[in-house]
Amino acid sequence: MAVQERFGNRYEEPFGSRLVTSAKEEILHRIRRATHDVPKSEHPEDVPVERGYREQDNDPHAEIVARFAERAAEYEATVHRVSETDLPGAIAEACERRGIQTLVIPSGLPDTWVPDIVEALRDSVRMRLSNEELDKSDGVLTGCALGISQTGTIVLDAGEGQGRRALTLLPDYHLCVVREDQVVGLVPEAFTKLAETVKSEGRAITFISGPSATSDIELNRVEGVHGPRTLEVLIVG
Amino acid sequence: MKTQYSDAFSEGRTRNFEESARESLADSQLRNNLGKATRTIRRKRAIAVEEMPDWEQLREAGRALKSRVVRHLDEYLLQLEESVTRAGGQVHWARDAEEANRIIAEIARSHDAREVVKVKSIATDETKLNEYLEREGIEAFETDLAELIIQLAEETSSHILVPAIHKNRSEIRELFMDKLGLKDLSDDPPDLTNVARLYLREKFLNAKVGISGANFAVAETGTVCVVESEGNGRMCTTLPPVLVTLMGIEKIIPTWQDYEVFMQLLPRSSTAERMNPYTTFWTGVSEGDGPREFHLVLMDNGRTEVLADEIGRQTLACIRCSACLNVCPVYERTGGHAYNSVYPGPIGAILTPQLVGIGKRGSDSLPYASSLCGACYEVCPVKINIPEVLIHLRGRVVRHKQDEGGIKGKLDPENVAMQAMAKTFSDPRLYEGAQRAARIGQWPLARSGAIHRLPGRLAGWTDARDLKPVPQQTFREWWRSRNGSETGTRSRSGAGS
Ligand code: SF4
Repeated sequence: MAVQERFGNRYEEPFGSRLVTSAKEEILHRIRRATHDVPKSEHPEDVPVERGYREQDNDPHAEIVARFAERAAEYEATVHRVSETDLPGAIAEACERRGIQTLVIPSGLPDTWVPDIVEALRDSVRMRLSNEELDKSDGVLTGCALGISQTGTIVLDAGEGQGRRALTLLPDYHLCVVREDQVVGLVPEAFTKLAETVKSEGRAITFISGPSATSDIELNRVEGVHGPRTLEVLIVG
Repeated sequence: MKTQYSDAFSEGRTRNFEESARESLADSQLRNNLGKATRTIRRKRAIAVEEMPDWEQLREAGRALKSRVVRHLDEYLLQLEESVTRAGGQVHWARDAEEANRIIAEIARSHDAREVVKVKSIATDETKLNEYLEREGIEAFETDLAELIIQLAEETSSHILVPAIHKNRSEIRELFMDKLGLKDLSDDPPDLTNVARLYLREKFLNAKVGISGANFAVAETGTVCVVESEGNGRMCTTLPPVLVTLMGIEKIIPTWQDYEVFMQLLPRSSTAERMNPYTTFWTGVSEGDGPREFHLVLMDNGRTEVLADEIGRQTLACIRCSACLNVCPVYERTGGHAYNSVYPGPIGAILTPQLVGIGKRGSDSLPYASSLCGACYEVCPVKINIPEVLIHLRGRVVRHKQDEGGIKGKLDPENVAMQAMAKTFSDPRLYEGAQRAARIGQWPLARSGAIHRLPGRLAGWTDARDLKPVPQQTFREWWRSRNGSETGTRSRSGAGS
């Protein structure tokens, strides 16, 4: 029997003709034995990967944005297109329609976006809202990192104007502003753009494609299980 | 009381496929639910895939990337460990289920957690983590709606993607009223869903430890992701201060950029959506955002045995989309429980026997749970040649019996036929030729239109009903004609209607 000390880091048990000291070593040993048919000289990159798929959408940008709007709406998100000057008004209107009284505001969000008619609950590194405050709030207003036209997806990267993940998770309503120049065509373009954030800062990335949904009961789609049950998107440009 | 049989990953007697299938066939409620579900998902998936002009190229890239990973799994695991550690996570290695469970329980205990919240993870179903934690005095709450239903009903899942596919709304209503102590509840799905939302919200806010599986983990950056629909994955991976993720060692992809392939293949294949509602990608721990502690448990539990089989190895490419279940005529009739495993359907028929090892009565029957129609291979987003592996495993099962049973097995007609087919299936041209040959009645097992009796193990199954022989059209031909005749109405691109 193996004697476990802590978290499986040290084991002593007979294995083959030698003593193996850890699960890690043993698993690696098993893998090497299992792949002995792979030539020693073969490197991972030697295994050919044919990337014949589309990497970029070459349609005019206006079409790409229009497709984003259309596809985001297909997920039962409410989508509006507004001009830069009309944006604050559109935000206020959306809040009013929804009857928002307390609105969560991540740090870095432009002040002009925050409507007067609501109580702004500001979250920042120094003044963190508690989960209870977030849970009780009426909604959250954010920007985003990207929009993906091909799939109608909004991408958050926890950066400026988006905030940490809990902010867009606990409130029941998410109002998200997407600038036209943030919309990319295809899924590969999004991963290319996000690479820098992930590699240098390791920030968490969230893909949102419509409000949450379940089809667990007789395959009937129900919108909104956990997370915001209503998603509203304002496309600005 | 019915006798309790265990599944392939537990101790005790596991029934074989035909025994369990008989029982499922007698359950017409189950057959109705399943038929409706698989037909719906099948139709929607076809639409989601047809929209993609480069689907075949994506499949090929997915297959190739996974092949690159499994051929160099040792290097990639070490790279992953380094990336995750660099990003502030801790990596643990587990040789088997027992060790994985022990590591997870130890982490929970070190944080004095009496309750943990879980997002659906087949890996933790495989290790029977919930039962293990319960014995350790830790209660695990499943947070997917379907998993909650199943957990409350004290049952096991019947479908990777829609585990409660065998339960209808009135059954769920009664279950919720009974187990959650509710007096009044309609059987309207939105009402039922809201009950779960309220019940679980409190759990999410109070849990000290969240447990998840992983859909993919990037060796290059250490970025792990959970692909989901309901938002409970975001809850579990964001709110509790400690996150533990259990993943099979095969879940690796080489680089961040490679997500562009799998995040196109997975949602369309699994829920027939352009993109699933939520995906969370996290890289170790992030200051001030999400868990303060992240543990990644890398588990073998039989996977290196699968790796050692040069034909069986491709099984490790599986991204658990469940597309192969939904097109399988055998699965559609028997449901998931007949497979006596956390991995049902065609993927289960090849994965389970390899993971637990050939020579176990119950799981040895699984490679026979197929009419070899090839539909699973055609839909698989990473091009796993399931029929090829099925035939190969049948050969291994037969050889194992011979080794045990001496000379007698050598002339077993089952054996002879299987060996011939294995050759055919390993060559795509021979395979297509054989399909044509089978249509005119020369398939070794299909004679007069229906396969009346299969030799050996599956005989019991054909007693229950005749299996369909190789179809007159290939799956692809059939699919096209079917879509032409059906109006594929789609108000939106979800898995539900
Ligand atoms: S075998 Fe292929 S089709 Fe089946 S679940 Fe795995 S990836 Fe999906």
